[in-house]
Amino acid sequence: MSAAPLPQGGKGALELDGLTKRYGDERVVDAVSASIRPGEFFSLLGPSGSGKTTTLMMIAGFVVPDGGAIRVDDADLTRVPPQRRGLGMVFQNYAIFPHLNVFENVAFPLRARHVAEAELRVRVQAALELVRLQRFAERYARQLSGGQQQRVAIARAIVFHPSIVLMDEPLGALDKNLRYEMQVEIKDIQQRLGMTVVYVTHDQEEAMNMSDRIAIMNHGRIEQLGPPGEIYERPSNAFVARFLGEANLIEGTIERIADGQAELRTRDGVLLRAQVKRAAVGQAAALFVRPELLAFGAGAGNRVEGTVRRRSFLGSTIRTVVEVGPTTHLTIDLPNQGTGGGPGVGAHVTASWPVVHSQILLD
Amino acid sequence: MARVLSMYVGLICLLLMAPIVIVVILAFSGANYLQFPPTSYSLHWFARFLGDPQWQGSLWYSLEIGIVACVVATVVGFFAAYAFVRRNIAGKKLLLSLLLLPIIVPTVITSIAMYFLSARLHLVGNLFWVGICHAVIALPVVLLILLSSLQGVDVNLERAALSLGASRTRLFLRVVVPLAAPGIISAALFAFLASFDELIIALFLTGVRAETLPVRIWNSLHMEIEPTIAAVSAFLIGVTALVLLIDGLLRGRRAATMKTQR
Amino acid sequence: MPSRSSLLLLPAFTMLALVFLVPLGWFFFHTLFIDTDPSDLWDQIASVLTSRAMLQAIVTTNWISLLVTATVLLMGYPIAYYLANHNGLRFTLVLFCIIVPYFTSIIVRTYSWMVLLGREGLINQALRHLGLIDTPLPLLYNQLSIVIGMTYVLLPYMVLTLFAAMKAIDRTLLLAARGMGASGPMIFWRVYLPLSRHGVISGALIVFILSIGFFITPALMGGPSDVMVAMLIERSVEITLDWAGAAVMSLFLLVVTLILYAIYYRVTDVRRLMGAT
Repeated sequence: MSAAPLPQGGKGALELDGLTKRYGDERVVDAVSASIRPGEFFSLLGPSGSGKTTTLMMIAGFVVPDGGAIRVDDADLTRVPPQRRGLGMVFQNYAIFPHLNVFENVAFPLRARHVAEAELRVRVQAALELVRLQRFAERYARQLSGGQQQRVAIARAIVFHPSIVLMDEPLGALDKNLRYEMQVEIKDIQQRLGMTVVYVTHDQEEAMNMSDRIAIMNHGRIEQLGPPGEIYERPSNAFVARFLGEANLIEGTIERIADGQAELRTRDGVLLRAQVKRAAVGQAAALFVRPELLAFGAGAGNRVEGTVRRRSFLGSTIRTVVEVGPTTHLTIDLPNQGTGGGPGVGAHVTASWPVVHSQILLD
Repeated sequence: MARVLSMYVGLICLLLMAPIVIVVILAFSGANYLQFPPTSYSLHWFARFLGDPQWQGSLWYSLEIGIVACVVATVVGFFAAYAFVRRNIAGKKLLLSLLLLPIIVPTVITSIAMYFLSARLHLVGNLFWVGICHAVIALPVVLLILLSSLQGVDVNLERAALSLGASRTRLFLRVVVPLAAPGIISAALFAFLASFDELIIALFLTGVRAETLPVRIWNSLHMEIEPTIAAVSAFLIGVTALVLLIDGLLRGRRAATMKTQR
Repeated sequence: MPSRSSLLLLPAFTMLALVFLVPLGWFFFHTLFIDTDPSDLWDQIASVLTSRAMLQAIVTTNWISLLVTATVLLMGYPIAYYLANHNGLRFTLVLFCIIVPYFTSIIVRTYSWMVLLGREGLINQALRHLGLIDTPLPLLYNQLSIVIGMTYVLLPYMVLTLFAAMKAIDRTLLLAARGMGASGPMIFWRVYLPLSRHGVISGALIVFILSIGFFITPALMGGPSDVMVAMLIERSVEITLDWAGAAVMSLFLLVVTLILYAIYYRVTDVRRLMGAT
């Protein structure tokens, strides 16, 4: 079984071409395609059951796809067993070998490649230094904190210089503060080594913080793929809009389309304008706008009037919910500037926002 | 590799089952000596076993001793297992390992010591006493089964009963015992089996008047291998199979109730 | 006032004390301190433990127990591995083949091998029938038949202990090893075997502990020269009526057993004793 040498080096371009996995009648992953560039930090983001982990497991080789292909630097890996793919992998619960110390855990992939002892020591030391664990080489997993175990898992995944590293919710078990620290650290290592990372997470902040591009997955399909700013500001559908953060989605019917803008009549009879890509007059649609882009007072663009129904304090922002009609509520987020200002519950207010900030989403 | 493993495991399974299956087949042989495969089949070895007053006596002695051991070990073991599972007991592991000693200490030693004392107290040949002695050997079996089965009973059901005003006795009789019933029945069955199959203690303690089935098999094996033993063995195998069957059904039910509790 | 939990434990420990610990204590105390002249005690102990028969029995017991432990381990490991990695019908079937002999009376299991191995046993009958031999092979009443019989009785303990340990192995560790480029043999030797080491140690210990006290199988299947310590003890009582000698040998065997049980207690969870899960 020790045939072809494990792939080493390489640029780290990863091509997913119509990947499909079925369990019974259910398509867990349905024709997923993506071209991941060398050195890119690429996230698969979605709710549980969206097929993101199954996609990652197919890339790693632990799950055999029912259709489609996986190519790394133009080499077809679809049928290559996992031990010969040469990809680094960080598992959800780290999968640190409990019977081996930190040094031997990190040395494991090098021993599998029969690296000479002297070189092995140098490379393990270097990897441990990179994750700042050089003093913990003799320890065992049970003697390490969650964050330290996480670092061991990362060191082990990069020690053999794979061009691509896969990470399956690597920070899921850590508490919130540590998670942010580790995000910065992982991103830093990725950039220093110039490796490609495919990162699975269900935490949209984490994905946006780290990724060059994000693929939003739902029901086994990629709903939208793009840089964080683009998918946050210009989601292609309501699911993406809601999944990435708080979103106002005002339902109504399109009355007019001209010059890339549409006029939408809400159910409560208000006429609003928004940017539109493809839609037809008379179609039911939703107008999307992020709560932090709205302002109180009459401004240019769309304008609505209503009554404040709720105010909540969220720390850095203050969230106000305004009832603008029997079926329409708007959420408005204002930065907390310490003045405690803003309209109180029951106040009659006007809210407005520029047309360029809102879009028509079809569903 | 996987094929080799499967074949190996298949072979071992065959070796494990073969002796037992062969004994059962031999028991139905029509011949007057051991011959395999038998040329004719009949029940005459069973008839000889069950028609013989001495074998009948042995069967009764085994049953009586087994029932005493089963009842005593199950009741005593249930209380202990409940304490181990539900209470914070200092030195739990050590106490438990003490109660498991009877299956660790070589039975020959235990039996001789029991005989030594029993002879003084004129208890040799007393079936009830043999049952109590067997209960000590059966106790570890009961404990191990009930420890795992009681762990599967949601402690909040008991808390709920107490908060609803149930007394301790009521809690035990109406909540704990019914919930643990499948485990208790399994434990009782295996406790019975442990006694029913036990040889060495019975050998020392039953005396000549009250030989149990294993003791009689032992005594006959020293003389000659006669096919009646095959019939008696087949009978004992049948009892084991019955116990395992009931236990299997109870396990199925236990798994089902666990599911509905989720 | 005793707490309620100690009241729950009271019946079990009373029974253990009265029916198990007191008889053992009384037996040793009476034979060694009342029936034996105190000044002779050490001579008595020394002469029993260094007697030819006892030394021979110790060697035989150790040799057979080691042989049985090794055989059971080598035979049981692949079976446990198979059980840990299969489910459904195949799992149930293999488990059935382990469990049925496990709960069958030891005397019946021993008898069934005597039927197979005896002079007029089924194997000799078959070999003669096939014309492979003229005179029956001496398959029974030697060390080989003891090892076969004891292996048969003790294999389930090993399999169930190993199975429990293997079931506890985190599957993602094996995936991780594979993902890092490890070959099948490397995964087995460097990951799976070390992770199941715990089961190997507890399984070997429990089988060895039970082996050194074994009586029924070697007594029925062994030859005249294959005398194990437990058999020697029984003979002193039944044939020579040497109670003090039996007590000295019993005490020796008991101490060795308890030391091994203490080690077992340290390395494993005693609740796994019967392979119960």
